[in-house]
Amino acid sequence: MANKETNFVDRMQKLDRRVIFVLIWLAVVIPMLMKLEFPVRPSPVVEGIFDKVESLPSGSIVLMSFDYGPATVPENEPMGDALLYHCMLKNHKVYIMALWPTGEAEANRAIERVITNKFLDKRYGKDYIQLGFKAGNQGLINAIYSDLKGMYTTDAAGVDINTFAMMKDVNKLTDFDIILGVCSGRPGLKEWVQFAGDRGNIPVAGGVTAVEAPLLYPYYPSQLLGLMGGLQGAAELQAALGNKYPEYTEYVKASAGSVNAVRNMGPQTIAHLVIIFFVVIGNIGFFIQQRRKKQERVGL
Amino acid sequence: MTVSEYIVLWVGGLLTLMIFSFLYKDNPFYKFAEHLFVGVSAAYWMVVAFWTTLIPNMMGYFFPGILGKIATNPQEAEMVMSAITDLPMYARLLRIVPLIFGLFMLTRLLPKGAWLSRWAMAFIIGFSAGTNLTRFLQSDFVAQIKSTLIPLIVINNGSFDFIASMSNIVIVFGVIAALIYFFFSKEHKGWFGKTAKSGIWILMVAFGAAFGYTVMARISLLIGRMSFLGTWIDSIF
Repeated sequence: MANKETNFVDRMQKLDRRVIFVLIWLAVVIPMLMKLEFPVRPSPVVEGIFDKVESLPSGSIVLMSFDYGPATVPENEPMGDALLYHCMLKNHKVYIMALWPTGEAEANRAIERVITNKFLDKRYGKDYIQLGFKAGNQGLINAIYSDLKGMYTTDAAGVDINTFAMMKDVNKLTDFDIILGVCSGRPGLKEWVQFAGDRGNIPVAGGVTAVEAPLLYPYYPSQLLGLMGGLQGAAELQAALGNKYPEYTEYVKASAGSVNAVRNMGPQTIAHLVIIFFVVIGNIGFFIQQRRKKQERVGL
Repeated sequence: MTVSEYIVLWVGGLLTLMIFSFLYKDNPFYKFAEHLFVGVSAAYWMVVAFWTTLIPNMMGYFFPGILGKIATNPQEAEMVMSAITDLPMYARLLRIVPLIFGLFMLTRLLPKGAWLSRWAMAFIIGFSAGTNLTRFLQSDFVAQIKSTLIPLIVINNGSFDFIASMSNIVIVFGVIAALIYFFFSKEHKGWFGKTAKSGIWILMVAFGAAFGYTVMARISLLIGRMSFLGTWIDSIF
């Protein structure tokens, strides 16, 4: 028995890392092929975002900032799409901008997926506008805090900003009812909290990549209305939207790519179980080895 | 699917496989993909910085005609050009100051005169520190202290809320214990030492949560790549 235990522990401790890679890969691919889905329940921290967007009166003015790039699309894309969809559903006026140069292209893709495909009655310049990217990081937030039109003299396509009806009553950040950030680093949601939310008492909410989420949680709930942390956060917002608006679930199910965060939580969960298994096995092996060393010392 | 989309899909698919091949062992395909990524990224950011910062914020002020040429439409060209030409000359020439600082940065490449780059660095650090200091003080210091001053016994609608109370107790105790762990002016003995020790546990839980989130982020990216490879394979068959 002791020999069997020793052999197993030794084998696990010397396990080739490529075996773990293959198992993780299988844990992701098999559930994807099987379209494995687990029920997702929105947590209070994500419900905070949903409730705020839901409770805003129709026609409220919403600033959406797409501050991410292609590297984090699987996490950020479902967040941005869900927020945009919700805003359109509630007939809010959405002002889209980006602190990241790559964010403008991501925002354009979100507009195409959500507004162009689903909300055919929405008009550019009346219901939504793409302000685009401007250099300056938090300096840009500082500048548009008091003078938005000074920085954005035109929209992303180069059309005079004053020609758009929805720009008439918007001059500074405090004119917005809420700021929604979809971010993956710096500048990102932290900067929106620091340089806009706290400074002007403007409600700020949004989603960030899972790596960044632990840094943002301390801001909840006093400085951040709600937070989507990684894929799980995105899935929770999609679930909240789907609970209230079942047609949204149908829309997401029909979407291609990584938009469906609820479905992607299936492989995510299985992969986590595999990792937990190895963490547990690794720890058991560690303690058995420690015990063995202790026994050897006593024997000596 | 258009021809260009098809090509993009193939290039993306092959490069993904080349990068993944590193998981088996280092190889020339991985090296090629890695170097290509570094090169393309560097070039991309350089071009972005040139067209979004150097041209509109610097060269455009000296030669407004450039902005007219790069504008997306004649209306924009007229707007941006007139906005700059309407400025008094001194306001336009003030842009020489950041230009000089920018050139100072490049002196790092010279064997003599590299010290000039310190002036530019000093300006950047000074500006960043000044801009960020007040916001960090407000959002990460004052507001965070305020968020910790919460009732330990929560009464909701006239009745004791056990969950909310426990949550607040954990927050307050966690903050105090973690702070005590980093307090080295008093020896960690007795109740002080025990609290400091529990502070370590609080920190370990925080690190564990951060690690868990990192795992989730990496698996999400793997799911994204697998989804992309699925689209690629679908396009072949």
